[in-house]
Amino acid sequence: MATPLLSVSSLTIGIRRKGQPDTVIVDSLSFDIQKGERFGIVGESGSGKSLTLRAIADLLPKGVEVLSGSIRYDGAELIGMPAAQRRKLMGPEIAMIFQEPMTALNPVVRVGEQIAEGPRRYLGLSKQAAAELAIEMMAKTGIPDPARRARAYPHELSGGLRQRIMIAMALSCGPKLLLCDEPTTALDVTVQHQVLRVLEELCADSGASLAFVTHDLAVVNQTCTDLAVMYAGHIVESGRVAEVFSDPRHPYTKGLLDSAPDFDQPDRELVSIPGFPPNLAARPSGCPFAPRCQFAVEACTTAMPPTDEVAPGHFAACFESARIFEGAAA
Amino acid sequence: MLHRLRFIPGRLVQSIPVAFGVTLIVFFMARLLPGNAALAILGQQANAASVAALSKQLGLNQPLWEQYFLFIGRLFQGNLGTSLTYQIPVSELLSQAIPVTLSLLGLALLLALVISVPLAALAAFRPGSPRDLGVRAFTLLGQGMPQFWLGIMLILLLAIGVPLFPVGGYGNSPADHPYYLFLPSLTLAIAMCPTIIRSLRSSMIDVLGSDYVGTARSKGSYGAALFRGHVLRNAAIPTVSVIGVNLGFLVGGSLVIEKVFALPGLGSIMINAIFTRDFPTVQGVTLFVALFVVVVGILTDVVYTMLDPRVDLSGKENA
Repeated sequence: MATPLLSVSSLTIGIRRKGQPDTVIVDSLSFDIQKGERFGIVGESGSGKSLTLRAIADLLPKGVEVLSGSIRYDGAELIGMPAAQRRKLMGPEIAMIFQEPMTALNPVVRVGEQIAEGPRRYLGLSKQAAAELAIEMMAKTGIPDPARRARAYPHELSGGLRQRIMIAMALSCGPKLLLCDEPTTALDVTVQHQVLRVLEELCADSGASLAFVTHDLAVVNQTCTDLAVMYAGHIVESGRVAEVFSDPRHPYTKGLLDSAPDFDQPDRELVSIPGFPPNLAARPSGCPFAPRCQFAVEACTTAMPPTDEVAPGHFAACFESARIFEGAAA
Repeated sequence: MLHRLRFIPGRLVQSIPVAFGVTLIVFFMARLLPGNAALAILGQQANAASVAALSKQLGLNQPLWEQYFLFIGRLFQGNLGTSLTYQIPVSELLSQAIPVTLSLLGLALLLALVISVPLAALAAFRPGSPRDLGVRAFTLLGQGMPQFWLGIMLILLLAIGVPLFPVGGYGNSPADHPYYLFLPSLTLAIAMCPTIIRSLRSSMIDVLGSDYVGTARSKGSYGAALFRGHVLRNAAIPTVSVIGVNLGFLVGGSLVIEKVFALPGLGSIMINAIFTRDFPTVQGVTLFVALFVVVVGILTDVVYTMLDPRVDLSGKENA
């Protein structure tokens, strides 16, 4: 297989503490994103999925840092790369779309100018040309009357329009990798659907890869080709979206799927996962999901299960995967 | 933009009753000062007959309310009365002093901004760092020093120790004025800086942690471009109202500073007028200061509106 566009290996993110062990939030995470792939990262709040994305964009909040591991973009190592060089990737190579379109746009700058900022910096466009490009990008994201809307301030636009502005902004420099941090969570369902369609179409047009963080399984199903399920800083299962959804091999994935409503089977009872995610400062030894797992055996609480390839291209980190899922199937 | 400035005429109309209230307070407060103007003019040794004669001539014997209506009536004709001590119209006295005080305030504000913005940015980009602690120590120091003392220290240091600036006075030609105004302005600016720096520093820290600065960083913006494009204007919004409120206090401070630096501004006139019970002059100066504060309030709202497109004070659309 060709070099992946993005290759994350053994990435560990946490908070360094003096004289104490570091608090690990994301624990030796590894995944690859191929060119043109749409990769979903699913997990509940606090599973470390957003931090992983922010680590790739070098936008970790103060105090949180990459403790070890590597992030390679197009073959180049990002960890340890000089800040100036890394910054130059942001925009023309890697772009990011944030969760809250309400707060992610500068409230005192016209949206057209905000879109034009990147192209002016990277594509060397004149003010006029960049403004035209901004209007063109807005038209591509399906904003009606883009020339007039470009002169609006963020507060004058609806949430859906603002998120389209964010998409136009992120795609304005033609990035090869688009990082999306729950881009539709703050939108209502119909708008969510439209925005996802726009995002998908534009990525397909430009051939950009997508790293898509969300807690919404339906969104992953609609948008992504591949996914990784994160729990407490670990990837517990990964593979093709269709395969993982139809044949989950980790009890947590199964729990997630069972707890989400399915409109094809409206009568199915929703089952919640008992308990809460572990406190990261006091991680249990062994599998982090073991305390909540109904299938846990003694081995689960002593050692971290290895990631096994349960089917071609389908990985799960569970000692009991074969017993639970193949036994059930048989 | 322009439609959001429609609030200005309404605000001006609103300030008429405020101005009227000010004349009432100014007039009667001046009368509450103990002592007699005629006595103050003639000196302690004056005999009772001449004091009585002068009181009559100045209209001090009439009932207070009659004096007030006389004052208001003249005010509408642009006549603030005649200074009891200088025997020239108060308006003439003011027209000489107002430019001095306004340029003092303007220069002080400019200096305060020139000092505060870089210091606040220095502190806000690395909160908790040594340079942040340094800036915070400076604000504490600036707040702890009384203005008049600071003024005297600056004179000792920069006018007498190292004779860079004049000890006092206003200079003889317009070209000299900024040079003569520098030290008094610096004194006022240093007094004003702590409040501005604190407000700017905390709002810059908020802005730097905001999502849209994250967005800007994800577009590769950093350093000076990030600061100019995304941080400064947003951080300035809350600080503008802080400055507006403080300009009012600054006028009070400027009265003392003018005395320290022997500037022929409103402060010098005011202090002399109080000591000599020169009521018309006291009224004139106070009225001007009160109107100045009202105008600064309106200007603050204008600047605020221009900085922040979300603000609409006209109350028409976002009611």
